[in-house]
Amino acid sequence: MKPAVTVDDVTFAYGEKTAVEEISLSVEQGDFLGLIGPNGSGKTTLLHLMLGLQQPDSGSVELFGEPAQEFEDGERIGYVAQRSTDRGGTMPITVREAVTMGRFAHVGHSRLREADYEIVDDALRTVDIADLAERRINQLSGGQRQRAFIARALASEADLLALDEPTVGVDAQSRDQFYGLLDDLNRKGITIILIEHDIDVLTKHVNKIACINTKLYHHGDTVSFLESDALAEAYGAAHGVVEHDHP
Amino acid sequence: MSLDTRSEETIERNTSRLAWFLGDTMRERLEFVGIAATGLFAVLMIGFVLLDWLRFAPEWAVVGPYATLAFEQFLIVGAYMDVYLGTSVLRYAFIWRMIATGVLIGIVAPLVGTYLVHRQMALIGETLAHTAFAGVAIGVLFIAATGWHGSLLFVALVVSVLGAIGLQRLTERTNSYGDVPIAIILSGSFAVGTLLISWGRDFAAMAIDIEGFLFGNLSIVTIEGALMVALLTVAVVAVVAVTYKQLLFITFDEQAARVARLNVDRYNTLLIVMTAVVVVGAMQILGVILVAAMLVIPVATASQVARSFRETLYLSILVGQIAVLGGLAFAISADLPPGGSIVVVAIVFYLFAIAVSDRSGSAISMH
Repeated sequence: MKPAVTVDDVTFAYGEKTAVEEISLSVEQGDFLGLIGPNGSGKTTLLHLMLGLQQPDSGSVELFGEPAQEFEDGERIGYVAQRSTDRGGTMPITVREAVTMGRFAHVGHSRLREADYEIVDDALRTVDIADLAERRINQLSGGQRQRAFIARALASEADLLALDEPTVGVDAQSRDQFYGLLDDLNRKGITIILIEHDIDVLTKHVNKIACINTKLYHHGDTVSFLESDALAEAYGAAHGVVEHDHP
Repeated sequence: MSLDTRSEETIERNTSRLAWFLGDTMRERLEFVGIAATGLFAVLMIGFVLLDWLRFAPEWAVVGPYATLAFEQFLIVGAYMDVYLGTSVLRYAFIWRMIATGVLIGIVAPLVGTYLVHRQMALIGETLAHTAFAGVAIGVLFIAATGWHGSLLFVALVVSVLGAIGLQRLTERTNSYGDVPIAIILSGSFAVGTLLISWGRDFAAMAIDIEGFLFGNLSIVTIEGALMVALLTVAVVAVVAVTYKQLLFITFDEQAARVARLNVDRYNTLLIVMTAVVVVGAMQILGVILVAAMLVIPVATASQVARSFRETLYLSILVGQIAVLGGLAFAISADLPPGGSIVVVAIVFYLFAIAVSDRSGSAISMH
């Protein structure tokens, strides 16, 4: 089986500022990869490169074995962007309308069919927000809104789910439920790439971690990550880790 | 599966489709009736505009006399309406041209405006109106210099579309729909327009109602102008119908739309070009200065009370119709410019929507 994402010696710069330097890593299908690093370390840029949203200055990126820039099967990727809880701020759009967007890449300019609506209903039920389907999305809490975005990815029947700090502004309880949902989806075979600052969350839920700060400091399973000095190297020697537990 | 079961399932599915189409509640059904009535009226107005134009078809086309006969019948009906409504203007063709243009703009402006407003691109309409003004000035000079017998509005349309594409490229290069490129193109096009008009006055012997283009005028809607709006309306409605889903996705979450491999730049260009088209059509009755109002105010009004995106589209079109017809009635009865009247009626409805809305705190950004 081809890897979901292959990053090979990729470098990318915004003008003079190098954001990602000579990074190589591979995300196998079924992986739950956590991307960690300090603010401004190039995590979001790396994710965008992985998804083909940006073209590397050098090196190459492949999605499911195809060059990321030429990858056409958009429905295979679900994406929850940074600060996605802000989306639909004043836009009167229902949860169902937002989740239905997951079917758009499948149908193109054709009309949605009965089967598409059934898949949307299934996705709403899977993330447990079927009762909120007719509510405006800006009436939902942060956690509920994130579930709606995950439902959109499920509606698109995505094989790869990419999430960029999805729980910013979400309360602790909803956050735990949200990560529990991601665990369930990963067990069902969906590959997940998650950008997250909270090491406790990462070590509990993901099975692989990539630690970056422009360069790649570690890529491997969570045990080898905790045993390595990657975190201290990426964040600077003075950086310490405080263990804590979520309520 | 037995035939009976299958037919029962088909009936159930068709019933649920009909319910989706008509809506489940009284409110949705009323909206559906309003939209259906607007659609029928728009078709009637397009028919009128076509008859008006076909009257002057060349002899070989044969249709001219029939179109003239039908057109005269239409005006006779208008005269009857004058008798029953106590008015004295519906017997005149130029009033119907005005109404037809207004009704069609009242559909397409909120239709396009719904996407613009929710992408916080509302001022782009104003910018493209000023670009169209420069287009009118270029058209005046071009016609004076070449003796070309073409339409001034057609030149304005071409310039406005080119301006729209230029604005799109500029915003892509500056990587945002920020205020700066919009402000530069808005004031720059108006500056070019005023310079060209002042410069061309010396040798352009054409009587051009510049004030009419600035503030809107009852007499400015020509047969060609109304026909252009009718054709553009059909085109814009068709394009929005085909690309509704893609435009919605991009409006709601542009980055996710890119990940889903939608050609976001192409749809952005399409949206901005449609805006330019609507602006040039609306300029005839609203004037350059007020043209953005029809893109923004009906949508802002609908967004105060709508419960879904689909309902926002429906309600903004209905508000657009009420504003156009109410504004035109007021302008004709009080002998005032139509543009200002339409905008004032639209604003009255906006204030009313804020008063009855439960979300007046979430005002829509208009930049």
